[in-house]
Amino acid sequence: MSKYKYLPVTEEDREAMLKTIGVQSVDDLFADVPAAVRFNGELGVEKALSETELYRFMRGLAAKNTDTKSAVSFLGAGVYDHYIPSVVGHVLLRSEFYTAYTPYQPEISQGELQAIFEFQTMICELTGMEVANSSMYDGATALAEAALLAAGVTRLKKIVVSEAVHPEARDVLKTYAKGQGLEIVVVPARNGRTDIDRLESAIDDQTAGVIVQYPNFYGQIEPLKELEPIVRKGKKSLFIVAANPLALGLLKPPGRFGADIVVGDCQPLGIPAGFGGPHCGYFATTKKYMRKIPGRLVGQTVDEDGRRGFVLTLQAREQHIRRDKATSNICSNQALNALAAAVAMTALGKRGLPEMARQNVLKARYAARRLREAGFELVYDGPFFNEFVVDVKRPVSELNKALLKKGFIGGFDLERIDPTMKGRMLVAVTEQRTREEIEAFAEALGGLANGNE
Amino acid sequence: MGTNDQPLVFEISKPGRVAYSLPELDVPDCPTEELLPAEYIREEPAELPEVSELELIRHYTALSRRNHGVDSGFYPLGSCTMKYNPKINEDVARLDGFTHIHPYQDEETVQGALELMYRLQKNLAEITGMDEVTLQPAAGAHGEWTGLMIIRAYHEANGDTKRTKVIVPDSAHGTNPASATVAGFEAVTVRSNEKGLVDLEDLKRVVGDDTAALMLTNPNTLGLFEEDILEMAKIVHDAGGKLYYDGANMNAIMGVTRPGDMGFDVVHLNLHKTFTGPHGGGGPGSGPVGVKKELAKFLPKPRVVKTEEGYRFDYDMPDSIGRVKPFYGNFGINVRAYTYIRTMGPEGLKQVSRDAVLNANYLFRRLAPYYDVPFDRHCKHEFVISGRRQKKLGVRTLDIAKRLLDFGFHPPTIYFPLIVDEALMIEPTETESKETLDAFADAMIQIAKEAEESPEIVQEAPHATPVKRLDETEAARHPILRYVKA
Repeated sequence: MSKYKYLPVTEEDREAMLKTIGVQSVDDLFADVPAAVRFNGELGVEKALSETELYRFMRGLAAKNTDTKSAVSFLGAGVYDHYIPSVVGHVLLRSEFYTAYTPYQPEISQGELQAIFEFQTMICELTGMEVANSSMYDGATALAEAALLAAGVTRLKKIVVSEAVHPEARDVLKTYAKGQGLEIVVVPARNGRTDIDRLESAIDDQTAGVIVQYPNFYGQIEPLKELEPIVRKGKKSLFIVAANPLALGLLKPPGRFGADIVVGDCQPLGIPAGFGGPHCGYFATTKKYMRKIPGRLVGQTVDEDGRRGFVLTLQAREQHIRRDKATSNICSNQALNALAAAVAMTALGKRGLPEMARQNVLKARYAARRLREAGFELVYDGPFFNEFVVDVKRPVSELNKALLKKGFIGGFDLERIDPTMKGRMLVAVTEQRTREEIEAFAEALGGLANGNE
Repeated sequence: MGTNDQPLVFEISKPGRVAYSLPELDVPDCPTEELLPAEYIREEPAELPEVSELELIRHYTALSRRNHGVDSGFYPLGSCTMKYNPKINEDVARLDGFTHIHPYQDEETVQGALELMYRLQKNLAEITGMDEVTLQPAAGAHGEWTGLMIIRAYHEANGDTKRTKVIVPDSAHGTNPASATVAGFEAVTVRSNEKGLVDLEDLKRVVGDDTAALMLTNPNTLGLFEEDILEMAKIVHDAGGKLYYDGANMNAIMGVTRPGDMGFDVVHLNLHKTFTGPHGGGGPGSGPVGVKKELAKFLPKPRVVKTEEGYRFDYDMPDSIGRVKPFYGNFGINVRAYTYIRTMGPEGLKQVSRDAVLNANYLFRRLAPYYDVPFDRHCKHEFVISGRRQKKLGVRTLDIAKRLLDFGFHPPTIYFPLIVDEALMIEPTETESKETLDAFADAMIQIAKEAEESPEIVQEAPHATPVKRLDETEAARHPILRYVKA
């Protein structure tokens, strides 16, 4: 009998199969592996556990983590604790979806293809763009790919990026830029938003693209209307906006402000924080750049009987056809998480998404008010979505340790990214937080920061 | 039969229906115009669907039934390792302590997650014979690019800036040359010889002081082991280049041989292939990269390290290529891969590769009499046959693939590798039983007979799928990439 529940070949099978192959043993099938590179002995990997033992062990590992279901989280900075309708998990567990791969054979992949076609449509709706792809790894790599597209179509090398774009997205952009020999110019923020004067002086005829975030890393809503004409001062430069798709339930879409490319991460829509991944990047643009878009696209067509169906299309852009001339090297993407986002967008729907977005704004507003009442100042005075920066007067890391003892996961410590931001906490308040939790948090933070405890 | 058998979710939408439940607002309300500047408020809501919860579930259930996964049936898609996706992996990955943790939480509060990452890194290093591993890359192609950026940083650190070329075999995955381009290299092709292996003479011809690296899959995409690997490694290393291992085919060699022992300097793995992270309909994957010691300082940051006070992220890496992804990689997929490794253990992983190779060779021999065999020797975990014989009868490999759909099988990878005419690349994996392999072989043999006796059955296939062959030319000529309300 087999020792392993995933390995069905029995001794009897093995004998019969070896006979058909015409060899004496399985070893004979490895005769072409030179002795000098053979691995002798047993791999030093951890020992096998039975299912019961393994589940117990993994539960033990998980239990060493403090999760946001047991602590009350005000931590965001690009990854948020949001309502995930139960239906999302149930659809993802339909194994016809999760045990399939890229839909190369459309006749038996219509489910995946149609779900992604619907996803593409929803992303277009939210962003106000004409075309969206089937997903990217995450918002940051989508942003980097947007920069590569801009450099490719303009044949220019300079990318201007706002300091108020997520710092890790800027880091990823820098790594991609190195490969392509792009120059990255970072424009500082002023009062929590992209400094318009500095932006203007950074843009010239050599600029391939300008990247801002909406709402930005500090939660502030960038004035896209004022930024767009400045971007156009670069004769060729593309306007690239990284946007939180949930915020777009309420905010005017970047497409209405003339964005050429809109990217972002669908994590707020049906995808748990998951220690930072897997999440799901999206990439949307105009028809003009449709044939330059990275990654897979699903298109509608008809079968031989005229019946509607869906296929992967415009594949001449992709690596398996174009190899070194492809628009990107991306192959596997985040399809299952795009499905999660599509299900969440369907569940929330036309009314739920704006309602959820509104609750974020209102609760963040309320939290800001309570924190002000507790003696803190908001560092920036512009309009914000569900995040704001507060001056907590003491090192955030210390406060967060104390908050944790009271059952709170505090906000992001901005000193981590900028030593001049000591004592600045980026507080995220989603629809998940109750009034009671917000009040208790403001009270706890007030007590700690004012040295009452 | 209607033309739109399966409505789009937008077509079943009806104003007034909902499938969500948000709490009553418990903080003071105020008009949106007072919250945000008027010019930044959306004028029209996004046209998202309005359905009830049951309608939503029926919609996606109907879609799932129009999809074939490994759980539905055999899926011998070459180079993709469509093995069984264990259910315990899904249970473990959904534990709150893994799912609902934030990447910026204090390290003290995520020790279990860091420990898991650390353990997985160690196990992957051992399996591949490398010294250090990063879990940051999101997928195989992302790992390739990461590995090439590391090689680039290594050469630059040596002041060796003229190494602008990456050599890839003509049988390589398309991602290899594409990743080389994104990393700023020029891809150069090395030919395969009549045995289906890299032609050493041609390798000597293309290698030089401008060689940054050779990218290689071993076993290669023909499923053949590159038996001259040590000589190839010597040729490339002598020229000052590095050896890159594309781990797409790792399922063939676990516990048998290790890339690190073959002379490779950098490796990526596809955890969604060899290590059962599900394929998800196209992702998410996970593409960890392993390197030899001398390249470790160039790895993406941060790294997970073990200290006396527990597990930590190490950001102090001045030579790092930087970040390739926000946070720490596709953690959820890494949880699944670690769960799989602990299910199988060292002996089990070796048995996986031995059974994968046995299954492939068995299926190969059953099909060999009926199809052309471009390279007639023992394969590893996959093999390539050709539909040349059938093509002469007017039946193309595409037709054979479509006919397989009528038998309930997912077709093999077709028309790849590019160096084989009418290629069918078949990877059965170790999780399939002899009975399944026999049923597939019987279907392939029947199709070969049909090609001779009644080719139209094959040419007009599929006959039993929800839609017939789709017009891909029209889809590309007049792209419809989103729904627009009529």
